[in-house]
Parts: sequence; structure tokens; C-alpha cells
Amino acid sequence: MFRNYKAIAFSILLAATAACGSDSSKSAQPASPAAAPDAKKVDPATAAKISGKVVFEGTPPPNVPINTDSDPACSEGGKSDLKSESIVVDNGGLRNVFVYIKDGLGNKYIFDTPTEPVKLNQKGCHYEPHVLGVRTTQPLEVINSDNTMHNVHGMPETNREFNQGQPVQGMKNSVTFTTPEVLIRFKCDVHSWMHAYLGVVSHPYFAVSGAGGAFELRTIPPGTYTIEAVHEKLGRQSQTVTLGEKDVKEITFTFKPAA
Amino acid sequence: MIWHHRFVKLVTVFTVLLIAAGGMVTSTDSGLSVPDWPTTYGWNMFTFPLSKWVGGIRYEHSHRLIASTVGFLTIIMAGWTWWVEPRRWVRRLAFAALGAVILQGLLGGLTVLFFLPAPISIGHAALAQVFFCITLTLAVVTSPRWKKTGAVSPVDDPMLRRVAAITTLLIYTQILVGATMRHTNAGLAIPDFPYAFGHVIPPVWNARIAIHFAHRLGALIVTLAIFATTSHVLYHHRGRRELVRPAFLLLLFLSMQVTLGAFVIWSGKDPVINTAHVVNGALVLGTSLVLTLRAFAGSGVLGFWGSAVRGSGVRGSGVRGSEVQAEVRP
Repeated sequence: MFRNYKAIAFSILLAATAACGSDSSKSAQPASPAAAPDAKKVDPATAAKISGKVVFEGTPPPNVPINTDSDPACSEGGKSDLKSESIVVDNGGLRNVFVYIKDGLGNKYIFDTPTEPVKLNQKGCHYEPHVLGVRTTQPLEVINSDNTMHNVHGMPETNREFNQGQPVQGMKNSVTFTTPEVLIRFKCDVHSWMHAYLGVVSHPYFAVSGAGGAFELRTIPPGTYTIEAVHEKLGRQSQTVTLGEKDVKEITFTFKPAA
Repeated sequence: MIWHHRFVKLVTVFTVLLIAAGGMVTSTDSGLSVPDWPTTYGWNMFTFPLSKWVGGIRYEHSHRLIASTVGFLTIIMAGWTWWVEPRRWVRRLAFAALGAVILQGLLGGLTVLFFLPAPISIGHAALAQVFFCITLTLAVVTSPRWKKTGAVSPVDDPMLRRVAAITTLLIYTQILVGATMRHTNAGLAIPDFPYAFGHVIPPVWNARIAIHFAHRLGALIVTLAIFATTSHVLYHHRGRRELVRPAFLLLLFLSMQVTLGAFVIWSGKDPVINTAHVVNGALVLGTSLVLTLRAFAGSGVLGFWGSAVRGSGVRGSGVRGSEVQAEVRP
């Protein structure tokens, strides 16, 4: 009889250890590279710019209406008009693509990290914006503007996973990320249709494609860079760009529907 | 005693309900819709306002409340069994049920707090079936029919015992593979049925496809095992109602299970169909277990005869054929 109790206690301990172990492994990633001793700030006078477009080739799938009946508060004041935001095509351009400098900056430059938080709002049971970027260690403020319950569940691969409840309208939670990671999925488990995607980078060169798939990266020091475009469903693409002083270059990424 | 038996049956029915509620939590991906445990968004679980049961919360919170009810019923069942049951092994089994339900609650809490790690979630699913098997066993062995069968005409068929026990073990293993598939998100790793990517054997492989394919292969093995058991019963024990009924029921649940499995794929994992597949899987296991237990009735393996009867002075023994082994206290 006594041996059985020992076995049960051991199983609990084993389960707890396994769970703790898996969590700590996720946060054990190195932070963004430290700046070299002779690192300097970017000189705006010689800086270059990349402007571009993300194109969607083919017929986009329809953005199907979302049924929000499981929570009447989501359609307060009338019928909810939420639609799927996975693939949003506008004049042939693909919105919600996170574009950033993946490689090439090294540790030659110093970038001040903004202290002003980036905001992710839950409004009408919908994340605004759907895709956004934040710098490492910059606060991300998640707000519940709805008169209902939300949980904010960040699902990073390398940063620490979290799940915070926001049962009251107006609640705010602040989160920071120590390691660059593109993209981190956010979900609300209360409202299964709610998803947002966050790009965490250690520098200011990132953008999210907007109207017509347009994006712009400014004040880039001259050099050769790998630019990556990441879409939540359509995957990743990258290209190499060499920028001289005060250059303005245009690039295009083309995504196709998944086979 | 009859009311005790009825109460144990009630606990078993509630356990099936609890498995269904758990199935809905996983099928609707609501496992983390309540981020805290044992509280619910800071509220005491039992005072969480009904108006806040929205979206995924209604599945997760219902699961917690039904689990608490089953836990409470199990405490009563263990105490009641201890009080009225003369067989020591049955009393111990009732307390094993209590231990299992406590451990199950802890696993459920841990999996929420650690964001549903697959090993804990699979352990939670596996223990749920073990708990169900324990309550079902208690329901079977406390029934008047069990005592009558064992005493009047025990089933003297070692082959049936062997094939039925192996079938039950295979079904449980298949459920474990199914739980692994659910909790590693491999349910649609092979998106077509009955083929796999248009082939009999998948032309591409990764861990999820392997788990999914193992579940399909397991279904085939379990089907053959159930056919073996039921054929044996129908051929050799056609006159024994207590064996023929679960055999037919097993065939019925098996056909439902295969059909539901196909519809899980064709519907793209519709939550209700998915949950029905989980619950029916438990019923396949339970029916096979009942058949196995009845095959063992009166064999002495389960210690039915003469096992530690409180107050009678007779301690732990079994009956092997006609030979009675008993230790009599002075």
C-alpha cells in the first residue's frame, strides 16, 4: 500500500519536472548579439531606403465570415462582421506580411530601444493590428477593450511562452521579449478565431505590408543585407540587397497560394 | 449492497461524461481558455459566474466542474466501498480509484499551468481511461450478477481469458496512440481516408504522419483482435448471455468507432465527431473489459473467491479449479 503512494508521488514529481524542463529550455536562447566596442549610431545623412511591395500571385481564397455566436459580447451593437484575415489581398498586393532585415547588420551599429510600448488591442473579439513588430526588450502592451473575457496566449518557440487572463474590460498586460523571433503566434483560447502575429527584432528595420502590399524600411546604413518577408500561412522568402549611400531601392516579394 | 452497486454505476456514467467533456476541450482547442488553476480567472472554481462561461471557457470550465463532481463521488464511493465491501481487493481497488482521480486532477492542472505539454496531456488522457476501467471494474464486480456467475457457473476457458485480455490491452494501447495523435496535433497529418495521400502506405513521412499512421494500423490490429474474441465467444459460448451480449456490443461499438474515425478525417476534425470518437473509444475499451472480466469470473485470478473477507477470518486466496487455497486465521 505504502509503495503505491510512493509511486504516485514519484509520478507527480516526474510530470512536474518534465513540464518545468520543457519550459526552461525555451527561454535558454541567447539574446541578440551585443554591439562591438566600436559600434556606432547610423548616420542619417548617408542612410539608404528600401521600399517595396508584396505581391500575391493567383486567386486569393475568400475571407470567410467568422461565426462569433459562442460569445454574444463579440457582436454587441449588431451583427459581427469579422472575417478571416489570413490572406488579405488588396489591388494585387498582400497585406500583413512582416518584412525585416534578417542578416547583414552584424554588431556594427547601436540602436536605441524605444521605451514607448507597442500596442496590441483586443476589440470586437479581434486583434488590432493582425501583424505587428516590436524590438527586443521593448514593452508590448496588450489591451482588452471588450466587455468580455480574453486570454492572451503567446506561443513563441525561443522566448518564454505565456498565458494571461484578462477577464475585465480595460485590462492591460505588458510583455517583453529578450530574443529576436519572427513570427510569434498569439491566440485567444476563449475565442478560437482570434490570432495575431508578432515579429521581434533587435533593430528598427522592420515593417508590415499595408495597402496594396506596400512596405518601407528607412534609415538603413549602406551595406549588403538579407531581407526576409514572412507570412503567417504562406511562409518565408528572402532576397539579398546591396545599398550604397543614400540609395533608394525597390524590391518585390511574390507569394503564391499554398499548393 | 444493491444501492452501493448502483452508486458505483453512477460514478462510471459520470466518468464517461467527464471523458466526453475532456474530449470537447481538446477538440475545440480550449485547453488554455482558462489560464489559471485551480482558480478560474481568479474566482473560486465553484463561484465563477455563469455569465462568463463564453467561448472556449464553457468547455474548459465545464470539464473542471464535472471532474470535481467525479472526484467528490469517488470519495464517497471509496468510503462506501470500504464500509460495505467484504472483499479486500475490491476495497483496495476503490481506493486506487480515489488515488487515480486525485492524480488525474493534478495532471489536469499541471498541463494547464505548463501550456499543454504533450507528455502531461497524454498522461492525463491515459489515466482517464485507467480511471474509467477501475470504476467499470468496480461496477462489474459489485453487481449481483457477477457474484452469481462466479458462484454458479464460472467460465472455464483459458483461451477466452487470454484472447479477451489481449484484446483489451490492445484497445488500451490503441487509445494511447490516439491520445498521442491528439496531443501532438497529428489528427490530420494524413488528410485523406481510407488512403494516405492517395496511397496505401504514405509516400512521405515525418513524426506526425508516423503517429497518425500508427493509429490507423492500430485500428486494423484492434479490429482483428475484436473479431478473434467475439468469434470465440459466439462459437464456444453461444449459450452464455453474459458473454454474448458484450461480444455483440463490442462489434457494434467497433463499427461505430471506425465510421467515426473516418468522419473525423472527412469533416476536418469536427469537434463533436472528434469527441464522439474519443467517447466511443472508451466504450470499446469498457465493453472489452467487461467481457474480459466475465471471462475471468470465478477463475480465482481476480481473487473473487475467499479474498480477504473482513471479519470472517479468511484471508487472501483464490480458487484454481476446484482446489481451494485459504489461509485461516486462528
